[in-house]
Amino acid sequence: MSPLRRRLLFGTPLVVALAAGGGFYTILRRMQDDTYDPHALPSPLIGKRPPAFTLPGVSGTPGFSNTDLLAPPKPMLVNWFASWCAPCQEEVPMLQALAAAGITIWGIAYQDKPADLAAYLQQFGNPYARIATDQSGLTAINWGVYGVPETYFIDKTGIVRLRYAGALTDTVVKTQIMPLFKQYS
Amino acid sequence: MIPELGHFCLAMAVAIACAQGVVGIAGPTLKDPRALAAAPLLTLLHFTAILLSFLALVWAGVVSDFTVENIADFSSAQTPLLYRITGIWGNHDGSILLWCLILSLCGAAVALGGRQLPASLRARVLGVLGFVSCGFLLFTLAVSNPFTRIWPPPLDGAGMNPILQDPGLAFHPPVLYTGYVGFSVAFAFAIAALIEGRIDAAWGRWVRPWVLLSWCFLTAGITLGSWWSYYTLGWGGYWFWDPVENAALLPWLTGTALLHCAIVVEKREALKAWTVLLAIATFSLSLSGTFLVRSGILNSVHSFAAAPDQGLFILVLLAITIGGSLLLFAIRAPVLAATGIYAPISRESALILNNIFLCAITAVVFIGTLYPPFANLLFGIQLSVGAPFFNQTVLPMAGPIILAMGVGPLLRWKRADLLPVLQRLWLAGAVALLVLIILTVTKHLIAALGLAGGAWVVMSALTDLAERTRLFRVPLGASLGRFFTLPRAAIGATLGHIGFGVSVIGIAAMTLAVQKVVVLNPGQSTMLGGYTWALEDIHDAPGPDYSQRVADVVVSDNGKPFMTLHPSRRFFTAQHVITSDAAIRTNGFQDIYVDFADEHDGGAELRLNRHPGAPEIWFGGLIMALGGFCSLSDRRLRVGAPFRKRLPSGATV
Repeated sequence: MSPLRRRLLFGTPLVVALAAGGGFYTILRRMQDDTYDPHALPSPLIGKRPPAFTLPGVSGTPGFSNTDLLAPPKPMLVNWFASWCAPCQEEVPMLQALAAAGITIWGIAYQDKPADLAAYLQQFGNPYARIATDQSGLTAINWGVYGVPETYFIDKTGIVRLRYAGALTDTVVKTQIMPLFKQYS
Repeated sequence: MIPELGHFCLAMAVAIACAQGVVGIAGPTLKDPRALAAAPLLTLLHFTAILLSFLALVWAGVVSDFTVENIADFSSAQTPLLYRITGIWGNHDGSILLWCLILSLCGAAVALGGRQLPASLRARVLGVLGFVSCGFLLFTLAVSNPFTRIWPPPLDGAGMNPILQDPGLAFHPPVLYTGYVGFSVAFAFAIAALIEGRIDAAWGRWVRPWVLLSWCFLTAGITLGSWWSYYTLGWGGYWFWDPVENAALLPWLTGTALLHCAIVVEKREALKAWTVLLAIATFSLSLSGTFLVRSGILNSVHSFAAAPDQGLFILVLLAITIGGSLLLFAIRAPVLAATGIYAPISRESALILNNIFLCAITAVVFIGTLYPPFANLLFGIQLSVGAPFFNQTVLPMAGPIILAMGVGPLLRWKRADLLPVLQRLWLAGAVALLVLIILTVTKHLIAALGLAGGAWVVMSALTDLAERTRLFRVPLGASLGRFFTLPRAAIGATLGHIGFGVSVIGIAAMTLAVQKVVVLNPGQSTMLGGYTWALEDIHDAPGPDYSQRVADVVVSDNGKPFMTLHPSRRFFTAQHVITSDAAIRTNGFQDIYVDFADEHDGGAELRLNRHPGAPEIWFGGLIMALGGFCSLSDRRLRVGAPFRKRLPSGATV
């Protein structure tokens, strides 16, 4: 091996390490200005309309189907929840604040018993304009729901623009949800 | 007051470490005997300062001083004493301090134990360690200070995460960190050698015990961690290819490669630059492993919450340490030339083969772990790389290593013949083939291959031992006599290989595990793996800082009950956390594992598992670590300056 090639060969580990370091630097910067979230889960629904479903409501009230979401009068949120889920209970005050601010929120209860669900709404309050129940969990699979709570933003043409997994926090509402309402209304 | 003293000692340690770095690196260049003598003293002082600081934090934990934020967040008045102490390193800030403590302990060990080293080499090694320590102490002090106070103090602490309240956690992190940090000494030796521009057999002999020691601890630490996740998390799994697990596996793989190629430097003065590169890579991977997982870049279950500014600080530190050492390597390493020559079939070549495959596995695991964030960066896609990828890529590459492991130790240095070696291994080959045929008939191909591979490794290591002691060729007493005069390093190497084989057997047997999730009411039973599992009763039971529900499960074979298990669900009232405490019964070759996952409508949701071979996975790890310690006790590593002596052929490692 010629001395030059030997020198170049011995320099490759440095180049690899520098490239990796540069990559990490960029990732860290993006994490700092919230353009990259390593814990984000990809949703196949972004940019599409929700798949076909028709779900019953709770305690006699009508449920809704995918056709009801085709062209809402204004952008809205669909929130997946369940009475057995602790983060969902903690999320209720945030949802109520959003509902009080005039945002339409529809809820889909995931694998819940009607009695438990009624008691839950009674105890923690009902921020939802309409509620559907997905007892079998099949619609959740079609939506690609990872776990409850999960929140979907749907624009005026019925297209899903955002999926957030986990309970909504002040930061998420301020940095991710509200900008979408501004953009799409 | 005491936490302030601890904080002060930490600040003092930064200054001393910096001085140690400057004096250690500049001393040999200036040829100043005072500087050469000062480096070890500064190292001991540096260790004392960090030890005092750490003890101050432990004291704050023991007396539950909730004015210290770290204690208030992770401990409470009800936490038992043992966990008030181990909780110190169960969180981000405290674990970094433990990390620094072990780093300075390694430095102190070199300062005290390295008296036979040339003074200039010792000063340089200590200097490198001083600079590394200085960087990480600065990190502790600036952005993750464990002594931050809060006022007014809360009446009670938030309490410890119940999952972490376990004896396994008491030992897993310190052992693992000792493994990680121990490689810093090998790294410092490599940097010192690059500065001096000289590597010889003596260097190989000095660095090897350090590599061996850290390797033993890393092996034991990974084994403990895997065992802990097996019995605490209630999933019955032992390895999840989680980024944090991979972060521990990567330095283990390169460390294993380093362990083997340092032998070549010691015996044959070849592979010098490669050994230096492996030493740098191993420590770099240890550093990245400890710190990158805390930056939040990698999506992992081991969530050490850390702010992004910490991440940036860490990145700069890593860039200086890793980038600087690789720059030095690029400039100085090309002059290191091998002196020993060897044929394609020889012990040297077998060790190179080992290195190639270990490094290939390292590369695959490394890429698999880092692909998700980089795929997002480069192509803007979100994805995750999970167990199927790692299983399908790592297992095929482990095959050649397993095959070569049997043959390698029997090859001679410089030039060897493969055929006689293979003839001597006929028994091991026959056993492996027999296992393969028996299990292929039962249609478990993966298990069959794994068990045959494990049997091959164990049998060929035993064959090697039998050859050396001339078992069955001379009277048994004479064989025993020969066994006790064998170099400990040879016994250690054999044990290490046997341990690996045993682990392989365990992992292969675990693919035959059966499991079932059932909901049973008291009085009902179900069949699984040839046994009948009956739920007798569910009842309440008291606990120290939790209440619990216990299920009584009776396992019977052909109508004869032989075991009663008591898995429980624990409710930690202070933290509103429910954990499940799985009941595991082992007979050394098989685990019966029952987890009480949930309770509804008077019935218990049970996860029933029958795990053949599970204990062997961890036995194997322990045997490997034991082999390493055995090798460490070798006379040649304890005696003073290395000297050349003629070793009987075949008795070398």
